[in-house]
Amino acid sequence: MNRINQKLQEDKKLLSIYFTAGYPNLNDTVTVIENLEKSGVDMIEIGLPFSDPLADGPTIQASSTASLDNGMTSEVLFNQLKDIRKTVSIPLIIMGYFNPMMQYGVEAFCKKCAEIGIDGLIIPDLPVQDYNENYKAIFEKYGLINVFLITPQTSEERIRFIDSISNGFIYMVSSASVTGAQNSFGSTQSDYFNRIAAMNLKAPQIVGFGISNAETFQQATVSAKGAIIGSAFVKHLTEHGVDKIDKFISLIK
Amino acid sequence: MSENYFKKYPNKEGFFNEYGGAFIPPQLEEEMKKINDAYFSISKSHKFISELRDIRKHFQGRPTPVYHCHRLSQKYGGQIYLKREDLNHTGAHKLNHCMGEALLAKHLGKKKLIAETGAGQHGVALATAAAYFGLECEIHMGEVDIAKEYPNVLRMKILGATVVPVTHGLKTLKEAVDSAFGAYLQDPINTIYCIGSVVGPHPFPMMVRDFQRVVGIEAKDQFFDMTGELPDNVVACVGGGSNAMGIFSAFLEDEECKLYGIEPGGKSLETIGEHAATMTLGSPGIIHGFKCYTLQDENGEPAPVHSIASGLDYPGVGPEHSMLKDLEKVTYDCISDKECIDAFFELSRMEGIIPALESAHAVAYALKLAKENPKQSILVNLSGRGDKDLDYVVENYGIPK
Repeated sequence: MNRINQKLQEDKKLLSIYFTAGYPNLNDTVTVIENLEKSGVDMIEIGLPFSDPLADGPTIQASSTASLDNGMTSEVLFNQLKDIRKTVSIPLIIMGYFNPMMQYGVEAFCKKCAEIGIDGLIIPDLPVQDYNENYKAIFEKYGLINVFLITPQTSEERIRFIDSISNGFIYMVSSASVTGAQNSFGSTQSDYFNRIAAMNLKAPQIVGFGISNAETFQQATVSAKGAIIGSAFVKHLTEHGVDKIDKFISLIK
Repeated sequence: MSENYFKKYPNKEGFFNEYGGAFIPPQLEEEMKKINDAYFSISKSHKFISELRDIRKHFQGRPTPVYHCHRLSQKYGGQIYLKREDLNHTGAHKLNHCMGEALLAKHLGKKKLIAETGAGQHGVALATAAAYFGLECEIHMGEVDIAKEYPNVLRMKILGATVVPVTHGLKTLKEAVDSAFGAYLQDPINTIYCIGSVVGPHPFPMMVRDFQRVVGIEAKDQFFDMTGELPDNVVACVGGGSNAMGIFSAFLEDEECKLYGIEPGGKSLETIGEHAATMTLGSPGIIHGFKCYTLQDENGEPAPVHSIASGLDYPGVGPEHSMLKDLEKVTYDCISDKECIDAFFELSRMEGIIPALESAHAVAYALKLAKENPKQSILVNLSGRGDKDLDYVVENYGIPK
């Protein structure tokens, strides 16, 4: 069974952390992953940087630009991760935009992910329909889980369809805007969380965007299975580098 | 014609064969769907069409004329004609789609129009449309272009728009699109992104094309009226490709008319970063939410681009152009910075019309065609006037004797 599905069966709320690969320094990727696992994180999203990150806020955009300047590419990332399964056992997901994968070759990209031991992919700009028609078979061949995103604007019909083709979890974007840390959620977001919970979806949901501390983590996971912290952690990397990751995590869990 | 080209392309998902589509994060999906639905339900209504026609006539000053360049024709051979979009209100074809997009925005109850601009022509046009409809307007523009096209920056500000300087990357058009998208994503419910060309995710390439079709429809009639036949050649510059789609759209089914889309060859086609010849040297990729010919590196990152004309300085191109290239319906070729400048002065001095540097690319190519084909007629879409470029041209190239 895929590591993501195993993790989703555990009887606890999951903390997933996003960070930009190759940031702050090109060769920090593996250290960050290892330190995150040691700190008790449940799942990691490794961001493959792209220069047009339409779904990301300023913090992650800045880290992507820095990482690209450091020399990060798909090939470099795969090389950095080639021995990652010798030291790390929690689920690892690559999150990136579609063009770099398309230029690498979708099949070649998936094959490489499988060899390394990547468990899933999040590609925010790959249309669900396009995935379903053209790439689903490739993902399945290599045992990769594709994670779809829903937002407060996504229609119920669409959510039902996404649920029907999800084989891992659904990434629940907490607000209509781009990523960025915030201190607490308002009533609009609680309504949205409740609405989704009431749909009794087959796939568990993990909430992302706008989670930065213990309070937002707790609010987001009242009914969802877990939550993802991105911008707040990237900011921590900017300020503290790869040190004190355990301290950042301990303040949330 | 057995089928309606404009209903066939794009298809329901926004694809022009393999190009186009909507490669966008889900935060944008529902809004794009709403805009698409509104486009079909509102903009095809009699009320909308009447209102837009009234605007075109009384506010924009349409139809713009077709003009025969008698001195240029005599000097170069051929019969050279210009579709005078430089005489459209605000001095370029951009207002054609801006008034359409803004009218749609008004019907959708949007409060604010957001867009990027390269040369500032689209920004000025949108600021004008916003003023006309009483909407807020926010224009994102690269710092490099702000310095280069300062008169247009002032025009936007005078019209009441906010100009947001973009400071990342090369600080030109591509980065301005990044920045405008970001701003739009902050509040997609109350704002609308009025993209500046036939680019971006579906439905923008279709909407902008349809609003620009007026150029081709008018020009075809006018040319026929003047000559009793269709032009042998139709030439337009291509950055994103809105003015070119506007004029080409009327001639796509006429095999006797050869269509030429002219890209910026910049300083050199040999070196990455010195041109923006997307169709000539690019490969299929995804940029800003749609698939098209793209200048990119092997990692799928958009390549740096250059053109003397800020409005052509873009590493992607409209998906419909990408399809028309593959279908060989349009020939895409390049004009260098130098050829562009020569044509800029040539048209100014031979005909008394100062063209935008973007449009001067098309003029330069028309002069080449005229020399090679002295018995043929050439219709050029003169997409804009050159007032915005005067300082830049004089400072960098001086004034020839």
